[in-house]
Amino acid sequence: MIYEGKQKIWSEYQKEIPDDHYFYVRSCIRQSFFPASEATFLEITRNRLGKDIFETEHHTTCGGIAYHSDAIPQETAMTIIARQFGLMHKYGYENYVCSCITSFGLYCETLETWRQFPELAAKIADILWKTCKLEFAKPRFIVHASDLIYHYRNEIAAMARHRLVNVHTGEPLKVVEHIGCHYSKMFPSKGVGGAEYPYVLAGMIEAWGGQVVDYPERRHCCGFGFRQYFIKANRGYSLSNTYKKFESMEPYHPDMIITNCPGCPYFMDRWQYVIAEETGKTYGENGHGIPVFTYEEVAGLVLGYDPWDLGLQTHQIGPEPVLDKMGIKYDPSRKYLGLKGKDLGMPVCPGCIK
Amino acid sequence: MVDFGFGIVPSSRINLDLFDRAKFEALATLEPDVRKCMACGSCTAVCTAGTFKATSLRAAIEEIQNGREKKALEMISGCQLCGKCFMTCPRGINTRHLILSIVKIYGEEK
Repeated sequence: MIYEGKQKIWSEYQKEIPDDHYFYVRSCIRQSFFPASEATFLEITRNRLGKDIFETEHHTTCGGIAYHSDAIPQETAMTIIARQFGLMHKYGYENYVCSCITSFGLYCETLETWRQFPELAAKIADILWKTCKLEFAKPRFIVHASDLIYHYRNEIAAMARHRLVNVHTGEPLKVVEHIGCHYSKMFPSKGVGGAEYPYVLAGMIEAWGGQVVDYPERRHCCGFGFRQYFIKANRGYSLSNTYKKFESMEPYHPDMIITNCPGCPYFMDRWQYVIAEETGKTYGENGHGIPVFTYEEVAGLVLGYDPWDLGLQTHQIGPEPVLDKMGIKYDPSRKYLGLKGKDLGMPVCPGCIK
Repeated sequence: MVDFGFGIVPSSRINLDLFDRAKFEALATLEPDVRKCMACGSCTAVCTAGTFKATSLRAAIEEIQNGREKKALEMISGCQLCGKCFMTCPRGINTRHLILSIVKIYGEEK
């Protein structure tokens, strides 16, 4: 392909990300899985970077879990989403940032549906006014929270106290980046780098000194999928997807994994234990698994936050090998202490994986 | 070992490097039209035998290309050579002749 053609295609995959003034909505499940990630996002963007990120306690789920599980029809999910957008408008914002990849995909799907079927948008606007007395509005820009951290990656790198570099060898850490499927596989133009070459996490890794691992199943789904794990009989499928990815990345000896989806880090983290239990196989060094992080956790580590304040003790796979390589000091005795020294209790640790 | 009630499902991946393509090349030499098939399924839709037995030329061609010869022969074993698929094929493939050629090349061991 000629150079100009490539440039044209690449330009279609660039995304305009406003610098400031966002209405923030949280994920339903991330606060349970990775309790400090969203708080860290707000801490970094508001306090370290001085940005205006507004959130309200009145926002709800986007309805994505119920929609993708066939529990509610699309019109219902649209009305919930219209309410979220209505709240954004009410508080005077026009840039919308969401924490969840499923939500991001559903917001894109909804906006595209309204664009193609304006009569449906009018119907939803009518329902919204009757039920919530909120004005129907669409965001001017919609971004995922990882887009924003990507946008600020160089500012974060400038403030970095640690880098994704092995302090003992001076070599960059080998980092697997895993992008949630609903980020850009449905609407490639809505993600940085499109569906084939999403750059949102790779950009962070490179800016913070790491080396991106390119492996055959890099774009494969983690296996999360609501229908796959809600029903126990289907969970083997979910597990098998993760297994396929780990088998594929194993020869490259990655040091860590970064993800930008609520489900991917959870399943790639927890399924490693199930794989170890079922097959006896671990993918890290010395019986460890490969630590899996959210992008906010990695940004927090880079900026020098305490690993236990970032909630890394809630991971199945211990983060210690990565902390040691990055030269991050931590107190093992504080591992199971929560905020303000609250004792979280010592979990039962499996013998098959660390 | 903990019984989770589910486990790792064996991979259904097809490794195209692991089967002998010589027979397919022989078929394509005898019947170049096999490469024309766009898997629209018109042949399967009109198949009389398909009403009574799993019969599908579209599926048979796909199975051949994926190295599953036995499955392919099964999918055309009910064919009565009525020729309705020949009449409906949008690519003008002589399907009746193709079926005979598949049986001739892949059915030799039978």
